Amino acid sequence: MLNNITLGQYYPVDSPVHRLDPRVKLLLTIVFIVAVFLAKSWIGYLLLTAFIVFSARMAHVPLNMLFRGLKPLRLILIITFLLNLFFTAGDTVWVSFWVIRITKEGFLMALFYSLRLMFLVVGTSLLTLTTSPVALSDALEILLSPLKVIRFPAHELAMMMTIALRFVPTLLEEADKIMKAQMARGADFETGNLVTRARAMVPLLVPLFVSAFRRASDLAMAMESRCYHGGEGRTRLRVLKLTGNDAAACGITAVFLALIILEGILF
Amino acid sequence: MNGTDRITLTDVTFRYDEAPEPALSGISAAVHPGEFVAVLGHNGSGKSTLAKLINALYLPTEGNVVVCGYDTRKEELVWEIRRRAGMIFQNPDNQIVATVVREDVAFGLENLGVPTDEMIPRIESALSTVRMNRFENSAPHTLSGGQKQRVAIAGILAMEPSVIIADEATAMLDPSGRKEVLETVRMLNRQKGITVVWITHFMEEAALADRVLVITGGKIQAEGAPREVFDRVEEMRKMHLDVPHMTALADQLRSEGMPLPSGIMTVDDMVREVSRLLCPSKSVT
Repeated sequence: MLNNITLGQYYPVDSPVHRLDPRVKLLLTIVFIVAVFLAKSWIGYLLLTAFIVFSARMAHVPLNMLFRGLKPLRLILIITFLLNLFFTAGDTVWVSFWVIRITKEGFLMALFYSLRLMFLVVGTSLLTLTTSPVALSDALEILLSPLKVIRFPAHELAMMMTIALRFVPTLLEEADKIMKAQMARGADFETGNLVTRARAMVPLLVPLFVSAFRRASDLAMAMESRCYHGGEGRTRLRVLKLTGNDAAACGITAVFLALIILEGILF
Repeated sequence: MNGTDRITLTDVTFRYDEAPEPALSGISAAVHPGEFVAVLGHNGSGKSTLAKLINALYLPTEGNVVVCGYDTRKEELVWEIRRRAGMIFQNPDNQIVATVVREDVAFGLENLGVPTDEMIPRIESALSTVRMNRFENSAPHTLSGGQKQRVAIAGILAMEPSVIIADEATAMLDPSGRKEVLETVRMLNRQKGITVVWITHFMEEAALADRVLVITGGKIQAEGAPREVFDRVEEMRKMHLDVPHMTALADQLRSEGMPLPSGIMTVDDMVREVSRLLCPSKSVT
């Protein structure tokens, strides 16, 4: 019951976007987020849409895949829309009865805020759809490494992410095994209310935690015996190299950012 | 292989923190270059502790452990010792660090600071030596136990060690996995001259070694060629160790008056000796 879990939402196809350096992709995503906040008018939002659709095309990611990330957010989107719709002050009144006042300004504000939220989610989804978790942790390690001067544990963080990724399938397998063992002894994980079901998880979680700690201690010893001594003096098998592809992506994004800024000034 | 590749333990005692009894006491032993030594003992005999002392994961409470000419007490030599004496552990899952096989093999090399261009050929040759090159891009959790152990061996091999210490590396595997791991290590011993310290509680595995050390209660109880050690059936029983089935059978037949020679360990040995007894004229070879 716990199998078939893919980590994150990586969409494994080969595309120019998938081949981009993960550092570049991470930075370009941040640029896109900034651009979302700079967009002021319809033209700005059209530009954002065009950019996202173009990037998704280049990444060979189907659009419905991209918008799937919005699903868990639908409630927040609706609330954002309604709050802005009803509580924005404005002059051009469209509908007015009892305490409800819907203005043109309120409607536009509500629309733009919801769109902005949607663009943020879709933009970051595009990053995680086209970048494997391991590549992302590599990118984070390198991008955060300047912070080592203020003792930020960039290498340790990336190593923890890698190990966590490595052990997720192992622990899932183990959870499944323990669950079956407990079910064979009459444990019931499926009936009852929330409290009963949560309580039924205890005999699953305790052995799982015990074994996870044992694994951690074994792994620490195995890593030490293979000469692991932190990030100092370590070389890497995966070396990230910038290519012409990355330069092109940066160029396109720069033009896009310039257009957005221009739009902010002109309209 | 030169003379400094040996492992020497001189009067080693090791006590875990707060333990009343030492886990190992007064151990003196040597492992010579290119040798395949099995360390035999039941659970809690101290055999795993011995492995960790050789890899400098533990430091002796008393006495000295010298690996390839380096004393494990010298802190600055620890990484050199661990590179030269690689260790495989019991649980195949808990020693693989990376999410892809070839990256796991690279782990030790990354730690040693080997340049990337040099890493790639070393990884490839290590993986093909253990015949796992087909799986270089697989995720570890999709492999069988024996395959995972072979990946672990490749990870050590890439560091170009002169000694491999296997701490019950086959204990959690099924019979076919056990065979494939043991065969791999024996092949490395024969073809590459890598010294092997094989820690196990399986008699049949120890029977294949050049020399056997039997440990019980933290002390070396017997030492010698497998044939000599296993012939002391009664003594082994007292140490809660089993002898190989054929040795036990030969011992029983001998006590019933059948004039079998000593040193019988495998079914083949038994067949040969019994047929020699039954028809002395045409001995089976």
